[in-house]
Amino acid sequence: MLEIIFFYLAATIALIATALAMTRANAIHALIYLIVSLLAVAVIFFLIGAPFAAALEIVIYAGAIMVLFVFVIMMLNLGKEGDARERQWMQPRIWAGPVLLSLVLFAELLYMIANIEGSLSHPAVTAKEVGLSLFGPYVLAVEIAAMLLLAGLVGSYHLGRRYLERGE
Amino acid sequence: MDGLNIPLNHILLLSSLLFCIGMLGLMIRRNIIFILMSLEVMLNAAALAFVAAGAYWGQPDGQVVFLLILSVAAAEVAVGLGLVLQVQRRFKSLDMDSANRMRG
Amino acid sequence: MREIIWLVPLIPLLSSLALMLGSASFSRWIIGGLGAGSVGLAALLTLLSGIDFLAQPQPYQTTLWTWMQVANFSASISFYFDGLTLVMMSVITGVGFLIHLFSTEFMQEDASYARYFAYLNMFVAAMLILVMADNLLLLYLGWEGVGVCSYLLVGFWYQNSANGQAARKAFVVTRIGDTAMALGLFLLFTSLGTLDIQQMVVEANNLWLVGDMLPVVACLLLLGGAVGKSAQLPLHTWLPDAMAGPTPVSALIHAATMVTAGVYLIARTHGLFLLAPSAMMVVAVLGIATSLMAAFTALMQSDIKRILAYSTISQIGYMFLALGVGAWTAGIFHLMTHAFFKALLFLGSGAIIHCLHHEHNIFKMGGLRSKMPVTFWSFMIGSAALAALPFTAGFFSKDQILLQAYQLPEYGIWLWLAGLLGALLTAIYSFRLVFVVFYGKANTQPDKEVGWRMAMPLSALCLLSLIGGYFIIPVQDVFPEALHGHPAHWVEYISISVPLIGVAVAYLLFYSKRLNINPLVQSAVGSKLGEFWRIGWAVDRLYDGLFVRPYYAVSALLKSESVDGFYALVVSVNQCVNRWLSQSQNGQMRWYLVSMVAGLILLLTLALQISPEAS
Repeated sequence: MLEIIFFYLAATIALIATALAMTRANAIHALIYLIVSLLAVAVIFFLIGAPFAAALEIVIYAGAIMVLFVFVIMMLNLGKEGDARERQWMQPRIWAGPVLLSLVLFAELLYMIANIEGSLSHPAVTAKEVGLSLFGPYVLAVEIAAMLLLAGLVGSYHLGRRYLERGE
Repeated sequence: MDGLNIPLNHILLLSSLLFCIGMLGLMIRRNIIFILMSLEVMLNAAALAFVAAGAYWGQPDGQVVFLLILSVAAAEVAVGLGLVLQVQRRFKSLDMDSANRMRG
Repeated sequence: MREIIWLVPLIPLLSSLALMLGSASFSRWIIGGLGAGSVGLAALLTLLSGIDFLAQPQPYQTTLWTWMQVANFSASISFYFDGLTLVMMSVITGVGFLIHLFSTEFMQEDASYARYFAYLNMFVAAMLILVMADNLLLLYLGWEGVGVCSYLLVGFWYQNSANGQAARKAFVVTRIGDTAMALGLFLLFTSLGTLDIQQMVVEANNLWLVGDMLPVVACLLLLGGAVGKSAQLPLHTWLPDAMAGPTPVSALIHAATMVTAGVYLIARTHGLFLLAPSAMMVVAVLGIATSLMAAFTALMQSDIKRILAYSTISQIGYMFLALGVGAWTAGIFHLMTHAFFKALLFLGSGAIIHCLHHEHNIFKMGGLRSKMPVTFWSFMIGSAALAALPFTAGFFSKDQILLQAYQLPEYGIWLWLAGLLGALLTAIYSFRLVFVVFYGKANTQPDKEVGWRMAMPLSALCLLSLIGGYFIIPVQDVFPEALHGHPAHWVEYISISVPLIGVAVAYLLFYSKRLNINPLVQSAVGSKLGEFWRIGWAVDRLYDGLFVRPYYAVSALLKSESVDGFYALVVSVNQCVNRWLSQSQNGQMRWYLVSMVAGLILLLTLALQISPEAS
């Protein structure tokens, strides 16, 4: 029973944190909320029997990727006037349409998942199983992911290098 | 974790909600940093759905796909943040709408 | 010696290539020597292989190489040598050599001396390939080759746009016939499975019976090609205009050789025509109709070359008549004698034009008898042969044709009568030419006399026109036996006397002027009829109204691209939609995102609608 309570608690935290993250004017604040949200999702992963995924979520998502954001925000040196501008941009006039669209999409998704029955009752899927699966039937996907990461590496190196050269 | 009875559709509901919030953020924000964050939220929501489905069937495939999404997110953030730096340098602003030179 | 016949077309071809490529560095003597000498050498080789053939009259076939081979179709570059080929080769190389020799002096002053001989040699090569070809495909190659050379030579003086017009007309009109011939070739190949002429005739006799539909269609299509090339009704209109070319060209191509290619084609495929009696009937009727029409037209012409052009059309009509009535040997014999005397007449007219400052109008000539004796005697002998006066070359061949036409059952007598009328007209117009040009008052003074290079060919052709009738052409193995039996003597007497009457009429009309037909000519009907004949029975005008003007009208209609209007509509709709859509391409990233989300929702909605398990 405790797990179920934990799940709903974590879900609530995730939703609220995400919603706050999306509406903050200050980027660092938003980022902190986002990390909270990711950590909550990691808890959910752990609860539904995916401890490996939960660990990765914390280490890579909340750790590495978000730290990358932090670095960039620090490099950009946004400051107070940036916050004011953000607030000014967030008018209800801009809100209305996207909110409507999102609601429609959510309604459709709700309609789709409404009839799904069943609950999670299997034992946890261990990291070993994931690893066997990764380097077994999914080895081609691993190769493709490797290439994608290489492309990201080259791309970001290229973009960043030119920034430095011209910036000096 | 036997006997844990979290309904699958509740997790999926959470996933959809996160996705919609991320999408909403994507549409309403003008700051590129926030747009990238929204993308992260959306990717994360999709990953949650995958992991939940994998757990429902007791198969590792869901987590494999989560790993792939993770690598996509990492690559995307690396390139995206590089672009953010470029946009800031060129337009002296992170406003998405200032980078609208590519019009038809 | 007959093993070397492949050299005969090769030598003029090589000479032509040499003249095309190296003409800049050649002197006029080398060009003339190469042009005439190569054909002379070909004539010599033909003579040698002819002597060999006459000693041992067996057909000879030689395959040089395989041209193309696709599935069960194969064509080879191979030559077939028999009596008919020998006759044609002799005419082409022999008369061709004399004309080349004549040209060396005639074209002396021309700037494009080398180009002229390059074309002329190429023509001889193509014509030789045409007559030596073993299969119809190679024949067609030569057939188109001579067409191209004819085009190039008619438009030789291309600086004058009228000449280019005439060349185009010749090319386009013959192309109509050539298309029919190509269709005939396809038909023959699909139904007989071969294009080899000898094999084809054997196959046709196995497969078809006399009077079947297929051989008639095939023969009529081949006839279409022959009609175009030989300037018969209804495709004859190009030949008078083709006189725009240099006169030796008219002599070689448009009198002696190329225009008789149609006659050769029909004679070569006579095995097929024998299976289609109705097609042969068409050949005979077309021939005699063309002959009469052209003869009437020739009566009214004043341009010396146009008279000869119409007379050529008329004489080829006689050859077609001969082929149509099954007098194959007589037709080919007339082809040969006609080549002699018509080449002579054309060269003679060339000499006159050469010496009279390019004057073409016969009424501006006159009294040339004493000033140009060689030309006068050439013309005299040539006209006598053309009019078929007794003991000239034309007499023997034309007499044979008329007698064999007479012997045809049922309608033979009518063909004979029409032929007689044609012979009468021929005598009148040919001696009209002689009397007007060489007698009477001198209107123009010649500024030079013919040199030996002109006189020699004229004399040689005079001799041939006189004794050509005594030749026996070695085609008895090629053609089936002609109709035997002899018609009544009175038929022969009439046939002999008609040309004499014609000459007498011409004498009274144009020399002594005793017979006065002026009132008749000047009457309303007479002048209209004369004008009608003068413009060639208004065929040109008819075609102009029937084909050329409608074509121009259609093209004028299409010039404004009215058909493209529909496509322009598509374009403008696209542009309109593009303008409309490009407004959505405003560079606003969030706008794009919103559209993407809207699209996503749309697709999702559709997916929900479609997939039954989702609901």
